[in-house]
Order: sequence, then structure tokens, then C-alpha cells
Amino acid sequence: MNENDLIDEAGSASESPLQIMADHLREIGQGIVLSSGIVHGEIELQVSAGNVPQLLLLVRDDRQAAFTQLIDLTAVDYPERKDRFDVVYQMLSMSNNMRLRIVATVSEGQTVPSVTGVFMAANWAEREVWDMFGIFFSGHPDLRRLLTDYGFEGHPLRKDFPLTGHVEVRYDDTQRRVINEPVHLVQEFRDFDFLSPWEGMHNELGGNAAKADPDKTAK
Amino acid sequence: MAEMQIKPITMNFGPQHPAAHGVLRLVLEMDGEVIERADPHIGLLHRGTEKLIEHKTYLQALPYFDRLDYVSPMNQEHAWALAVEKALGIKVPKRAQYIRVLYCEIGRILNHLLNLTTFAIDVGAMTPLLWGFEEREHLMGFYERACGARLHAAYFRPGGVHQDLPDDLLRDINNWTKTFPAFIQDMETLLSENRIFKQRTVDIGVISEEDALSLGMTGPCLRGSGVAWDLRKNQPYDAYDEMDFDIPIGKTGDCYARYLIRVEEMRQSLRIIEQAIANMPGGPVMAPDHKVTPPQRGEMKQSMEALIHHFKLYTEGFHVPEGESYTAVEAPKGEFGVFLVSDGTNKPYRCKIRAPGFYFMAAVDHLSRGHMLADSVAIIGSLDIVFGEIDR
Repeated sequence: MNENDLIDEAGSASESPLQIMADHLREIGQGIVLSSGIVHGEIELQVSAGNVPQLLLLVRDDRQAAFTQLIDLTAVDYPERKDRFDVVYQMLSMSNNMRLRIVATVSEGQTVPSVTGVFMAANWAEREVWDMFGIFFSGHPDLRRLLTDYGFEGHPLRKDFPLTGHVEVRYDDTQRRVINEPVHLVQEFRDFDFLSPWEGMHNELGGNAAKADPDKTAK
Repeated sequence: MAEMQIKPITMNFGPQHPAAHGVLRLVLEMDGEVIERADPHIGLLHRGTEKLIEHKTYLQALPYFDRLDYVSPMNQEHAWALAVEKALGIKVPKRAQYIRVLYCEIGRILNHLLNLTTFAIDVGAMTPLLWGFEEREHLMGFYERACGARLHAAYFRPGGVHQDLPDDLLRDINNWTKTFPAFIQDMETLLSENRIFKQRTVDIGVISEEDALSLGMTGPCLRGSGVAWDLRKNQPYDAYDEMDFDIPIGKTGDCYARYLIRVEEMRQSLRIIEQAIANMPGGPVMAPDHKVTPPQRGEMKQSMEALIHHFKLYTEGFHVPEGESYTAVEAPKGEFGVFLVSDGTNKPYRCKIRAPGFYFMAAVDHLSRGHMLADSVAIIGSLDIVFGEIDR
């Protein structure tokens, strides 16, 4: 995202309290914060994964910033990127009535230092991210799977994990227990491509039509 | 006699325990009657909502929000509708905003009625549940008359609400608000000064202000610890800034404080409902942008344009500009947030649902250590836990 665009969106940039706070955060996080911006009334900071606990501690304990709550911790998967994951921390400052988003880019297999020591709320949130994305948090006291079944394999919220999953569960009458089987779909999963050419006629056709018959679209 | 080392007993609480409020498996390490460690196993109701939403259009994703916290469905829809509206940059007509506020507060009362009365039955009081569910029945009747469904409403849409209210519904809701204070009074007579109820809740599960912030507590659980924070007041959305209401704050941070706050919140919700009805403006209930909202039924019989809009909206849906945003509402349980990453197509790229109950459940271990087994039931009851939103 372009920083200038973001400032435009926030209105008259330099005077707004959000901008003052963003500048302040960049100042206290000097050497840690890679870039900052304001999107939809929230401050966004980019940081490298190794510095996350340090930055969270800084913004929590700084008297002016006082981002005292870690509201949420999650990840986003971009499989086409070299560093495929974004780990996202949503922070809230009650005294300033402001929200802050801290984003750390992480490659597959890279570990992220845990922030359970800074915010207790991170405990389960990090377990969920480990479960859903397979991002490992070093220093976490109890990094087990959280939401998926006992003995589950794979990380469901990765983009390369199919929507239908790999196994299905049923009760087997003869064995008298619940068993796992490979997914068997009676009907093939139908994922329609609705990105039709109607809206984008002026430039080029998108979606299935263009892929199927490029000659026709040229006419 | 020689001193004996007693091994801690590991005990399973749930998943089929009536006081577990759904499908909670709580593994307790007990030293006699005292809990040494609580390890909640969640995910038994995990349906992969976030993954499913990535494969649906923005409009199709909306009904999933009813199924998260199924006790107050419209409050969740509200978060989704606001998130999509924020990303699209569309304005909602005043009447739709008022209807949303009205139904969010009905949802809040629905939620608190269920929570308070089941909490009471957990600690031994049967009657409030039976009375409370009668009131819930009235409220779900109002849900049904507005949108046709008692629970899974799918009523709030990006751009407004799906349809206007029927003629005499507002009058009937108003009549109901006259009768409801008597119910709250009756329930308080049974519980608030009840010796057994107070013995089971006062000074049980105390959360300090510092811990509440660190644990990610929001809503009544945070306010019970004395933090004056309510998104309806602090970051008002829709028509909340035009309403006159108060936010109750607790002092002690125990189960009893959380109970008292919810009772008072029901009274405040009644005030908001009365104001919303009294000041209900006229006009449309949907934004007029037919790239996002469906055209009128009658219009479709006449206008080709309207027919095309309708068809495109319900097949392809609308495209949301690229970007990331976090939108939160004050759901009855606490801050319910949607972190929406859109990539410019008709489907969300990523939708993270921030459920308040998730963080309450994570706090159960911290709260129940050193308490008796029976107190863990009171703690779970007072935190207001619904598994639909925790497991997602």
C-alpha cells in the first residue's frame, strides 16, 4: 500500500490526532517500525516478525500511546508471495480511543516470537493461528492445536487447503467407533467463477470466458 | 501416621454437561475439591466459518453470522454489514439505522435473558429460566415478524435492512416494553438479594482491571471490573450517538458484578428501544445504490435495468475495493469484530471473526484456579459463553 494514498484518505493529514499518534509510534519504535500508514481510521504499522514482542511492549507501556489491549491476533495467507503469511495484531487504546494494527510478514517455516508474556490474550490466539496456518510461535507455553479435531493433519485456513478438507468422519456400526475416511463427494464441488466480463468490458474479459476461448473475445 | 502425597485427580467436565453451556470439554486437575488447573478443549462445534466465507460472495457470507452467537444473531450481522459498508464506502438511510439499533437492543435483551436465567439455573435457581424463556418467546416473535425467522434472521444487509417493518410491529414492541420492567423486577426479587445466589456468586471469579485488559476481556466482563468502555458510547456506529442511555460499571469484578451489569443493561436497552420507536424516521430502509442492494420487487416487473441488477446481485454479487479493515460492534457479550481483507473481487479474501467468547473461554483457566469445582460452573455461567462463536 502506498503511504501517500493512505494519508490522503485520512483527510488533512498532519493535524489529525491519528496522524500525530502514527508519528509518535514511529518515533518510539525507531529502528523497529518499517512503515506506517492510516487506513479507515486505524493506524497500521509494518514490523519484522522478530521485533513484534518488543514493539507490543513499547506501545502498551508508552504513556501517550497506551495500547493496553490486544484485541485480536490472526494471520492472512498469500501463497503467491515469497513470505507468504501476514501475522496481524489488532490493538486498542482506550484512553486515546484509537485502534492500531501491527503487521509482520512471515515466510513458511519461520518462527514468530510469542507475545504471551506481554498479553495473556495471545495464548489462545496464537494456538489458533498455529492450528489454522501452521505458523510456529517460539516461547509459547503450550502450543497445541485448538479448534480442529484430535489427530487432525494440515492447516485449514491456508489457501492451498481445500474447502472440503481431506478426511470425513462417520460412526462405523461394525467397528462401533468413529472413523476417519478420505472425503468422498457424491457431486463434484462446484466453485463457479462469477467474475464475469460484464463490468470490465472496456479493458479485457476476465473469468472463464476469456480462459476458454481467447479468439472469441478478440472479435 | 506418615504423610501421604495425594495425586491430583484429572476430571472431565462435559462435553455433555448441562452447565457447560454447549459443547465444552473442560479437563480439570483437581486437588480434592480444589481446581489446580483447567484446560478447556474447544472446537467440538468448529464449522470452519472463516474458510467458508472465503468461498462465498459478500451477501452469501452474511447468514453465517447468525450461526455464530445464535443467541443474539442480528448483533453479529451488524458487524458484517458495517464492515462491508466501510469497505464499500456506502451510507445507510436513517430509518435502516434506527431499525438496526432497535433490533440490536432486542438482541441484547434476548442474550441477557438467556445468560442470566441459565446462570441462575447453574447455581440452583430454576424459576427465572422458565419466566425468562416466556419473554424470549415474545422477542423472537418480533424477530419473526420483521424477517420471517425466529433465529437465523439474515435481516441486516450491507446497505440497510432487507425489508421494512410491518405496520403494527412498532406498536406491539412498544406495548411489550411496558410489560418487561415488571419481569426484570420479578427476576431481581428472586435473585439479587437471594442468599444462596449471593453465596454462589459474590467474590467468585474475581478479575482485576489489569488482568481483564491483558486477557482481552470486553463487554460486561470488562465493565464488571470497573473499566468504563462500551463501543456504543466510545465509538458509536449507526444511530447510537442519537440515543440517550447509560453504561453500568461494576466495582468488584466478580460473578455477582457481571450479573448486576447485565440486569441493568437490559433496563438501558429498553430505554434505547423506546427512543428508537419514538423517533423512528420514515423513508427507505436500503441504500439506493443498486450495485449493492436489490431493487424493489415491483420495479423489477417494469424495468429491464432493475431485473439485470437483481440477477447480477444474487449471482455474482458486488465487488469490494481492495483493502484491509477492522470493524467492531458492541455485541451483548463484548466486542465482536470483523477483520476483512478484500482483494477487489466479489468474495472476501480473508475474514477473521473476533468473537468475545473466545477470549472469555481462554480466561477460564486463569479464573478458576484455586476455586472449588462448583465455582467453576458459576464462573462459566457468568462469563456468558456460547459455543457457536467460540468455535466458529
